Amino acid sequence: MKQIISIELYKIFRRPRTYIAFAAIAALIMVIQFGLKMDGQSYAGFLMKDINDTLTVDGKVLNGYLICYILLQLLLVHVPLLVALIAADMISGEANLGTLRLLFTTPYSRTQWVIGKFIAASIYTIVLLIWLAFLALFASMWIFGTDDLFLMKSNYVVLIQEKDVLWRYVGAFVFASFSLLTVTALGFLMSSIANNSIGPIVGTMSAIVFFTILSTLNIPLFSIIKPYLFTTHMNNWKEFFDIKVDDNNEAIYGTILNLAKIKTSLIVLTLHIILFVSASVIITKRKDILS
Amino acid sequence: MSVIQVNNLSKHFGNLKAVDQLSFSVNAGEVFGFLGQNGSGKSTTIRMLLSLIHPTSGRIELFGKSMETNRNQILEEVGAIIERPDLYPYLTAREHLQLFAKLRSKKITTSRIDDTLIKVGLLERAQDKVQTFSLGMKQRLGIAIALVHNPSLIILDEPTNGLDPQGISDIRNLIKQLAQQEGKTVLVSSHLLSEIEQMATQIMIIHRGQKIAEGPIQKLLDPNKMVVHVKTTNDAQALQFIMSGSFSNYLLKRTDGIHLCMPDYEIPLFNTSLVNAGVGLIGVETRNSLEDYFLQVTSNSN
Repeated sequence: MKQIISIELYKIFRRPRTYIAFAAIAALIMVIQFGLKMDGQSYAGFLMKDINDTLTVDGKVLNGYLICYILLQLLLVHVPLLVALIAADMISGEANLGTLRLLFTTPYSRTQWVIGKFIAASIYTIVLLIWLAFLALFASMWIFGTDDLFLMKSNYVVLIQEKDVLWRYVGAFVFASFSLLTVTALGFLMSSIANNSIGPIVGTMSAIVFFTILSTLNIPLFSIIKPYLFTTHMNNWKEFFDIKVDDNNEAIYGTILNLAKIKTSLIVLTLHIILFVSASVIITKRKDILS
Repeated sequence: MSVIQVNNLSKHFGNLKAVDQLSFSVNAGEVFGFLGQNGSGKSTTIRMLLSLIHPTSGRIELFGKSMETNRNQILEEVGAIIERPDLYPYLTAREHLQLFAKLRSKKITTSRIDDTLIKVGLLERAQDKVQTFSLGMKQRLGIAIALVHNPSLIILDEPTNGLDPQGISDIRNLIKQLAQQEGKTVLVSSHLLSEIEQMATQIMIIHRGQKIAEGPIQKLLDPNKMVVHVKTTNDAQALQFIMSGSFSNYLLKRTDGIHLCMPDYEIPLFNTSLVNAGVGLIGVETRNSLEDYFLQVTSNSN
């Protein structure tokens, strides 16, 4: 299995396509950081225009932590599409290229190949997320400095002390890795069904868009299935930034308002990963390699 | 000892019987030529031997072990190329061999990789990416991948595809060398019948998924089965004569002129009879090649 993973990683990182995602993330983050650096005060003023009359905020609102939060809100919707570029091509791309025949005539079972490939694709996904974290969090902290994190929610504001922020980002990124691994597993499932490269990539993206729409639509009929859709849970990394308050409405250091929600989401996402990968194994094992 | 033993192997795709109750065996050290027209079931059979396609029924044993229960152990000792040489365009020839060497339990040294590259004539291009290779070079690299782990059984599906005459000759000599000097068992399918004729010790012909001929090549090409191509001034008259007499049993169903398959001792009598019947004889060409035999048996079974 170790050999399969190392070979698959070698192939992933020798392909030019792999670096598209890294370049795209870097370009997007740098553009946003540049824009906020140049005209960030106007942006902050716009964010706070509704509360300026009732609240005085001291310090650096537009700091690295807030920039990272803004970036994650924007990017964690799009990164799955970049993950799909690689994950959804792992099996079908080889079928299309004809190399699946070579792999499946080696002394490893198809189950070993599918799991090995999934682990390799997962490592790629994690590396991509680390790249995102490095640019979005650490580069922003370096460029914009740090201070307390001031977040505007739909009908309330959250103020998290500077020293209480960093671990929340660690938690958020770990959570995001589960979300992206679910996308990786979905891409894998699509990849095991098709014999061409484009179909599974488009299929994965379409499925994410489709289920995201179902997750966000407030129609009672869909409310029944919403808790079971992975897209409902993918963005719950934000829960790390909702904090418990005491009777004086003051934030309690080191707390998370709805930890149970995070746990539930992690369970649902993990179950989806297991389901998608198991289905990929079963489909690939049964498949006749005709390509 | 049988290296490959196939019993009643069938594969159905819906109503199509791609392979139908096929049985054969390949002994150690043999070069086994596997012949059949396009769509006859050759590749399906080879893919079943390599566990790429699940058989509908039947049993495959390699090295005396069931493929169903000992797949991984068996495939350690098998090297194969299947139809096209499909490779990773972004990797070099050496990287391909290194990657596939890693997948074997036995340690494959750098010198073994070099030796394999020399064997297929690719050492000088070892550092070049496959995307710069011609079809023939890809085919050579495919063969190198099949050989790098020094397998006992080599399965080559159309190994000379895309090769120039020199390349074809090199691969033919390589296959012969593998069998004669290194004791490898080789199952090779090819549409180049003259190539199979020059390297195979045993052949099998399948047609519409069924075996129609099998045996040592010298036995199949016996003098009692000479292929006679008759050129006359009036083919219609010649055909009428042949069909009306005892020679009708020898007539082959071919569209490219009049062909018969008959024992060599009958040929003089046939010539005389044809001339006596008033047919203007331009020439009689006699051959005993695998191609003729192949056309004979496949046309007879149509």
